[in-house]
Order: sequence, then C-alpha cells, then structure tokens
Amino acid sequence: MSDRTFSRFYRCGALLAVSLLALTGCGRAPTEVVVYSSRNEQLIKPMFDRYTEETGQAIRFVTDDAGPLIERLNAEGKNSPADILLTVDAGQLWQAAERGLLRPIESETMSTNIPEHLRDPESRWFGLSVRARTIVYSTERVKPEELSSYEDLAGERWRGRLCLRTSKSVYNQSLVAMMIAAHGEEKTEEIVRGWVANLATEPFANDTRLMEAIVAGQCDVGIVNTYYFGRLTRDNPDHPIKLFWAELAGEGVHVNVSGAGVTAASPHPEEAQKFLEWLSQPEAQSMFADANLEYPANPNVAPDPLVASWGTFRASPLNVAKAGELQPAAVRLMDRAGFR
Amino acid sequence: MWLELIDVVRTFGTRSAVNGLSFELERGAIGCLLGPSGCGKTTALRCIAGFESIDGGTIRAQGTVLAQRDRSLAPERRHIGMVFQDLALFPHLTVQQNIAFGLARLPRGECTRRVDELLEVVGLADRRAQYPHQLSGGEQQRVALARALAPKPDIVLLDEPFSSLDVELRERLSIEVRSVLKQLGATALLVTHDQQEAFAVADVVGVMRDGKLEQWAAPYDLYHRPGSRFVADFIGQGVFLLGDVVSPNAVQTEVGLVQMNGGDEMRPGQRVDLLLRPDDVVHDDSSTLTAEICARAFRGAEFLYTLKLPSGARLLSLVPSHHDHAIGEHIGIRIEPDHVVAFPRA
Amino acid sequence: MSAIAAELRRPRSRGATNVRSLLLLVLLCLPALVPLFVVLMAVLTPEVEIWSHLARYVLPGVAANTLVLVFGVSAGAAVLGTSLAWLTSMCEFPGRRFFEWALLLPLAMPGYVLAFIAVGFLDYTGPLQTWLRELFGSSSWLPPIRSTGGVILVLTFSLYPYVYLLARGAFLTQGRRAQEAARTLGLTAAQALWRVVLPMARPWIVAGTALVAMETLADFGTVAVFNYDTFTTAIYRAWFGMFSVNAALELAAVLLVLVIIAFALERRSRASLRYATARDLTRQTPRIELRSARAGVASACAAVVFALGFLLPVAQLIVWSFARAARDLDARYFDFILHSVVLASSAALIIAGASLLVAYLERQHGSGPFKGLVRIATMGYAVPGTVLAVGILVPIIGLNNVLQQWLSSWLGDAAPSLLLQGTLVTVLLAYFARFLAVGFNPIESGLNRITTTIDEAAMTLGVAGGALLRRVHVPLLRTSLASAAILVFVDVMKEMPITLIARPFGWDTLAVRVFEMTSEGEWERAALPALAIVLVGLIPAAMLTRRGEHVA
Repeated sequence: MSDRTFSRFYRCGALLAVSLLALTGCGRAPTEVVVYSSRNEQLIKPMFDRYTEETGQAIRFVTDDAGPLIERLNAEGKNSPADILLTVDAGQLWQAAERGLLRPIESETMSTNIPEHLRDPESRWFGLSVRARTIVYSTERVKPEELSSYEDLAGERWRGRLCLRTSKSVYNQSLVAMMIAAHGEEKTEEIVRGWVANLATEPFANDTRLMEAIVAGQCDVGIVNTYYFGRLTRDNPDHPIKLFWAELAGEGVHVNVSGAGVTAASPHPEEAQKFLEWLSQPEAQSMFADANLEYPANPNVAPDPLVASWGTFRASPLNVAKAGELQPAAVRLMDRAGFR
Repeated sequence: MWLELIDVVRTFGTRSAVNGLSFELERGAIGCLLGPSGCGKTTALRCIAGFESIDGGTIRAQGTVLAQRDRSLAPERRHIGMVFQDLALFPHLTVQQNIAFGLARLPRGECTRRVDELLEVVGLADRRAQYPHQLSGGEQQRVALARALAPKPDIVLLDEPFSSLDVELRERLSIEVRSVLKQLGATALLVTHDQQEAFAVADVVGVMRDGKLEQWAAPYDLYHRPGSRFVADFIGQGVFLLGDVVSPNAVQTEVGLVQMNGGDEMRPGQRVDLLLRPDDVVHDDSSTLTAEICARAFRGAEFLYTLKLPSGARLLSLVPSHHDHAIGEHIGIRIEPDHVVAFPRA
Repeated sequence: MSAIAAELRRPRSRGATNVRSLLLLVLLCLPALVPLFVVLMAVLTPEVEIWSHLARYVLPGVAANTLVLVFGVSAGAAVLGTSLAWLTSMCEFPGRRFFEWALLLPLAMPGYVLAFIAVGFLDYTGPLQTWLRELFGSSSWLPPIRSTGGVILVLTFSLYPYVYLLARGAFLTQGRRAQEAARTLGLTAAQALWRVVLPMARPWIVAGTALVAMETLADFGTVAVFNYDTFTTAIYRAWFGMFSVNAALELAAVLLVLVIIAFALERRSRASLRYATARDLTRQTPRIELRSARAGVASACAAVVFALGFLLPVAQLIVWSFARAARDLDARYFDFILHSVVLASSAALIIAGASLLVAYLERQHGSGPFKGLVRIATMGYAVPGTVLAVGILVPIIGLNNVLQQWLSSWLGDAAPSLLLQGTLVTVLLAYFARFLAVGFNPIESGLNRITTTIDEAAMTLGVAGGALLRRVHVPLLRTSLASAAILVFVDVMKEMPITLIARPFGWDTLAVRVFEMTSEGEWERAALPALAIVLVGLIPAAMLTRRGEHVA
C-alpha cells in the first residue's frame, strides 16, 4: 500500500467518525412519548401511527426483550427518556412495578375498560390484550370428552401422548405460577412431574412446532397460546387439531396479558396516560388484539372473527399479577421436576 | 573516536552476556567481534544497535551517548545501519523499495540518486524491480547491505551476515562486502564466529570470550602475537609445546632450542607453553629431527600433517603438496618460527 | 553523512515512549475491559439462595452439557475448517477455485437460522421424516435432530468458517513450502502434514478454534432452537425467569473466569514456541495435484459441506421469503440494509484498526501483565451478548446521568437531555467489547509470522512506531487484516442483543428485523431479513478470497 492510498484510508476514517458523531445527536423533541416495548414492531407501530394521526402526539419506541429493557430503565433512573413500558407478559410488568419503575395511574377510563384481574391491583400497569393458554388436541386421536384440565394432563392415560413447549417459555412459567397460586407448590410439582412423565418427545422450542407434531402424529395433546393456533389455522385451515378450553383449578382458562404501564421517571406522564387510555378504547383494542389474533382486554370489544370462531371461554379470575409474583418459584419448581 | 564502548555490561537474569566490554573504532574502519557462539558478541552488537538496553558502561558514537545505564536512545534514532543474520528483507517490497526504505525523509530526486548509486555499487542495477524471493542468496545479501548503507549511517553493524551462504559464496562475498564498505567510506562492525570471514573483511578484530574482549588488534597481530592462550587457541591452527626458558629470548623444547625474536622477555627457569603454528614447522628431509605422521589433510597446494614426537606430543606442519608422505612415515622437520609466542605454564 | 545523522537524530528517552505506548494500550482495551469488570463485580453481592438452587438442580447438568457442546463444536469446527482449508489451499481438484470462496459463505448464515431450518427439515414433523414414514411406515430409527449430536452438528457447520479462514491464511503463506521441505527430508505427504504443516499452522488453527469455542459458549439463539441447556441458557433463565439479573451476571462471571483460565493454559502450552518465518514469505510452490478418485472425493466433500452449510439453507430462506415478500418487503429495507452496512463496516474498520494497534503495542512493549490484560479484554466474545450489553449499558448510562446532572446544574432548564445510551457511538463501543477477539485473533496470529528482525531492520533504517506499522506491518498483514475486518463485519451483521438495546430510536437493522419476527415465533417471516443478512455478508467474503491468493 503506498503512502497516498494510506492517507486516503485515514481520510475515509475521519469522514466516518464525523458522520457517526453527526448521527449521534442527543436528546429528542420535548413532547414525544417514548415507549420501551418488548411487543414487536409490526404489532405496535400501526397503533402508534394511528394515534399520531388522530391526536398529533408523536411517539418513538425501542423494541427489545423485556429483560434488557427493564435493566436499561432501571439504570437510567430519573433521567430515563421512557414514558411507557410495554411487554408481552404480566410477569415482567409485575417485576418492573416491584422495582419501582412504574407509577400508579388514577384513571377512570382504564379502570372501566380493563377488568380488575387483568391489571395491577395498585394500578401501575394494565393488560391490553389477553393471551389465553389452553389445550390443543388431535381430532383424530382424542375426543374432547377425554379432556378437562391442565392438571388432568398429568394423568396416566396421557403417557407418551403429551407435547409441551420448553419451560424457558414465559407462558409456561406463568401457567405453572398460576397453578402454584391455586394448588400450592407441592401439588403443582406433582402435576408438573406428571406432565414430564407423559411427554412424547423432548419439549419444543415454540408452540408452532408443538402443534405440527400433533398434526404429524408424534403426540396427541399439548398446551399452546391460542394466537399460535390462529396463525396455523390462517395458513392451513384444514389441520386435524382443535382447541379445548381447559380449566385451571376448576376456575377457567389460564390467561396472560400483553400490557403496559407508565414509567416512574416518565417525562410526560400525562401524555403517556392519555395514550394508554386511548389504547383501552374499543377501536384501539380491536387493532391491538387482532394484529396478533389475541383477545381484547376490554370485555366489550369482540375479538377477530377467526378468534371468535373458537367459541367463548371462561378465563381464570386470578389476578395476572400473581404470575409475576410466583414466577421465580415456578421456574425453580420446573427445575426440580426436570421440566426442561 | 567514531564509536566507543566503555565497560559495557548487559546481564540476563544472573547471567552476564556482555561483561565489561570496551573498544574503540575509528571513522572508516571495519571492526569485527570474533568469538565462539555464546561469547556475547551478538548481544554486544544488539546493544550498540539499541535493541538491548545496557546495565552498565557507556556506548558513544561521535561523542554522543547512545546508551548508558538508565538512558537509551531508540534504535531508530541512533543512525546505525544493520545487516541481519536472516537479512530481514521486506518481502513486500522490491529491491529498489527495500533500499529506499530508510530514505523516506529525503527529497524524491535525492532518494532516487542514492538508490541508483547503491544499486550500482552492489551490482544489482538490473534487478531493481524484483522482489527478494526472486533473488539468489548472494543477491539478497547484497540488497541487505545496500539497504543498511543507503541512509549513510554513522556505523553499519553486520550480524553473522554470511552464515546462511555456502562456503564459496561466503568467501567471495566477504571480499565484495569489504570493498563496498571501503568504497563508501563506511564505518562498520561485524560479528562472526568465522575467523576467515573476520580476517577477510575487518581492519581490526576483537576476540571475545565470556562477554569480555580478550584482544583487540589487527588480524596479523592476532595471529602472530596472540595476547592470551585463548586467543592463540581460537585463532588459526597450532599446538602448544612444553618448554623451559633458558635465557630471556630462548626456550629449550623437545624439538631443540627455539629463539624468540621480539615479544616480551621471559624469566629464565620458567616453564612455558610454546605456540607453534603449522607454518612454523617446516619439512626438511635433511633435518635430523624427525616425527611420525599420524594424520594428513590434503588442501590442494599443501598438506597439513599432524606429527607425533617421540614424547607423544603433537605438532602441525604445513607442507607443499608435492611432498606426499604416507601415514606412519617419519619425516624430517625444522622449527622455523617467525613470531614465537609462549605462555607461562599455569 | 553526519548531515543526515543530525537531521534524524533527535534524542528521546526510550522509557518515556514505553510508558506512553502502554498507556495507549490500556486505553484501547478499556472499552472491552469495563463491561467485563461490571459483570465480575456482580460476584460481590452473591444471590446465595438462587445459587443453592442452581447448584443443586441446574449447574451439574448445564456444566456437563456446556463442556460437551464446546468440545464437540470446537473439535468439529477445527477438523472441518482445517481440512477444508488444507484442501483448498494446498491441493488442486475440480472446482477448487469455486470452493475456496464458497466454503467461506456459511459464515454469513446466522447460527440460529441454520438451526431453525435444520430442525424444521429434520425433525419428526419435517419433510424428511414425513417422507420416510410414508415410505417405510416409521422414521424412529433416524437419530433425532433435537439432541446433543444435532446441536453440535449445526453449530459446527455454522462456525467452521472461522477456522477455515484463519487456517487457510496460514497454509497459503507457509504450508506448501513447509510441505516441500518436509518431503525432501523423506517424509510422506501425510507425515509432512502431521509433523510439519499442521504444527506450523497451530496458532492460526487455535485462534480460529478459540473464536468458535467462545462463540459457542456465548450462543443463545442456536441452542434455544434445540432447547439444549447450557450455561448461557441458565444465565437467561435466572434473569428472565427468576427476575435476578444479578444471579445472571454472577453466572456469567463464573463462566468468564473459567474461560480465562482455559485460555491461559492454552497460551502457556505454546508459550515457548515461535512461528515466524525468516524470509521468502511470498514464495509459492505448486499445489498438490489430486487425481481421479481422490479429486472426486475432495470435490464431493467440499460440495457436501457447501450444500449443507449454505446452499440448502439459503434455498429454504428463498422459498419462505417468496411466500412473504409481497407483504413484508418495502422501501424500509433500504434503510435496514444501509443501517446494517454502516454499523458493520464502521465496526469492522474500528475493531480491525484497534486490534492492529493493540497487537502491535503488545508485540513491541508488552510484558506479562499487559499481555494478560489484552487477553482478558478479548474475552467479551465468550460472554452471552445480552449480559455483555448490560455490562456496557450500565456504565454508559452512569456516565450519561453524571453528564446530565452536570449540564442541568450548569444550564438549568435549558439543558438538553442527553441520551448516550441510545447512540451509535455506544453501539460501536459495545461491538468493540464484544468482537475485539474476532479482530484481534487473526491479526495477532499474523503478526506472529513476521520476524522481529523485520521490525529491527526497519528501526535501524530510522522507521519505527506508526511508520513501521504502516510501511511494514500493514502491507505484510493484509490477509490477516482483511480476515479480521470481514469476520467482524459478518458478526456485526448477525448481532442482535447489543444492537437492540443500544440503537438510536428507529435505527433498525436487518438483525433487528429478524428479532421482530422471531420474538413472536414468526420464523418464516424472518427469512426475508435473514436472507438479506446472508446476501450482504457475501460481499466482503467474496472480496476476501479474491485478494487472499496473492498475499503473504
């Protein structure tokens, strides 16, 4: 390399450094609402765009897993630019609230629109859509009469016929946490051990694979979130599997929420609260839930027609906050029971 | 003095590689540090170049201190050129670029002139655009020399520069190198373990042993007037013969009375080891003194005979090759010392 | 003579230069050391209760799993990478010129994508087993893909290019000559390979394998697809499942310490060896001509690896992309690609440049403790990305908050609000901490090959420091520098956790796009951005091999 090409190399480097600095631009417009979201971009952006269109309120957001987002929020402290934390499970919201990262909201609208068991008892966060986790079964090898509850899947007759997703999935963690809330640890551990003993194959990395395994005949029953079932049905309406509305402790289907809260350090708490209130309104609720075939948290809003076609179910009335509180215990329990 | 080393010490852990080395080199002179491997000569060279710091003493060039115990000028600022044992040519540069490497600060025209001059001197003008790997060993050697000389260094150091070449090339190149150095008026210091090389190239040679200089002298003097038994042993061939000093300049030995001409006078009655070079022992059929041939080496023009005296002591004798004698034969010899050297028996 | 002498000789004490160089070295390593320090600090506040649970139920299993995985993948990648590198650089067989380049391509394929495709294709529900069941009625005799063997296989195929790339450089610069020399000493070709060629290439093979081992340790995406439990999954479980980021950091710290010890031992085992060549770095001798059957086998092996590691997965990605492209492909993809390329190429430049400087300073002045420091600074690559991201973010946010406070107390309400944590500078700093090893390892190995007399020769000619680096080392290290830059480029293209947490608002890259799709399990929709990652990653890979042939 000659000296001249080398100095060109230096110049390029300098140019790059300058342009990077230019892109670094600190701060932001003073009235923007900032959302930290673990719900992915394509499910939230249409909502933000609509809101901006309707109200003129600009919204910026960052997506990531809830874990890093909460650590970031925590480290940022009172200088955090975030106004809203949006997650896809109640456990993370519970944890954020527990660490003092969310602030309570006094809002008539929210309390009216969102049922009590789908929001924080201290009003620091609110469920915005419901994710039901229930039993899926092969219509070829299982009669719906044989099915009853999650607990029942631990029974002898499901030996070698059950498929489960990994216990690393937060949805299984919250399901087991709710079982602990209902039955206590000892009985729950017994049930989980029963599940593990009944497994037809190693736990799956996701619900879609699990359902495909039932279709292919590797196993007969499994537990999935309904929107995965919805996606599968949308792509291939003729599959031989169906949902069964399972009972948790005889009280209804286990549900989790995708929800949000206003951060404790929020620079624009009022704007943030307004946005949350807007999200709890019927029109936004439809958009929010339908984008991912979930159930609206607002009971007065009908779900997507495809979702409605699976029939109605009774949701477990336990407050979803319990899922967060008992999640660490649930994880340990599953470790002990050998549920991978 | 152009280059001056005063009591230079360099230790590695507890071992001292250079241990009180002192010598001086005049401008335009070619010096050489000669010694067996491990004697510290290469370390000394690296201290001068600045790759090793020194633990004691002073190294000066043109009166400027290059290195002292706590001070060391960076190698790149010493203005000392070096030819490495492995040559260390830059494989990514052509012959021309290699030679011009140290001339970056010169104006372009001057740089080109200097490179041309050196290419001419080392006879590689037609190879200028080639890469090192396209050259023969001897040519690479010459490039390395030209590269070291190009920036007109105060001193050029040569570290065993011919060690990777075959014998014939080595002889030819050593003469060539000397002529190049002299032609450019360079001051140089060579390090080698090969005395032929040292004698062929250097004006003044220092024999090193255990990090010290045993003797610093012209090749002729080293050979004929070795300052110590070690030097006498290391330089050239020869044997020691036991003798008794009978007068300040005569020694009685098994092969008769040997007269000393010059040199230090000795105390009569002292026992000494007398150094006899092969050329001191002359074949003479008419001599009454005879010895048995126990080994011979043919060297073209001469035979080198190893002779056994009646006492069992050995002598070496260099004899014109038309005197072809077989092993076991007794031949007449005469001792004809030019410079006889004797060391007191310990 | 003395006119030039006077001009060139400017007295400067060597000790001062030394101190300055070492300061620079430490400064360069600092961004990589700080996050590791943050991770290690977690040990000061141990989560005793969680640890006792982990020790009893989790750690024994994941420790064994992790060891098996790391050794399996390292061995697999070392063998596969070295043999392919040997074949393409030392031998001549049909298709050699194509494979030389093509075998590098799996590098561009993110491991988690390969894993998802492999599991999708080979699991019970996949087309292969379905077909076998239709044919024979059962497919249970096929070894399951979701197993230890399966995950090792997939990681090996996705990571072997690290070894391939570095070993190839070593063979190209030295292999054929060494082989010839050995043959003249009466060794057979096979003996020459084992006794001369491989030992001489060891630092490069080790450097590549070390990258593979570190990447395997830190991997979450690939093992998650297999639901294979490792130290890293345990870290994530403690954090996301048990809500204890502290326990996660502690686990990472333990992992880090073990890795440092392992690498220290490896270094020591070859501490006394030197790998420099004296001369003739560029002399080339002809390749071994493989004939008939052997040539066929060589081509076939290369073709199989290429097909499994690249061709088939890409074909699958293309099929999925086509199904979704109409809905997902929009103008924003220009931005995604632009953002990815800007980040990846800046990171490649910065990290390769810094690595060169660090390696050079270490070579010139590094003594024991500094070498150790540099070694530790490269360990960020063995730490799970998300954990490292927190390790970087926490100090940056701390700095941000201090600056903010200072600004506010100075300017009052007029103070602009700072957001260092959401800037490209932070992203690049974090990449530096994460990928220093990727840049440093190839360059350090390359520098090993240059004899110190080359440096000394330059110094006696008045060329030292930056000029020595620029005029001698950079040209001699072109292959190593290019390898380093390309590895970093491709790694950054695939990187998720750091980009996610530290990117400025709206600065979405292709990898972020993959995350958006996969976070809700929409793997098929992730095919489009994944394919784009692969395609963009191809460009530098292609550039590398085209240059590599001519370079020392």
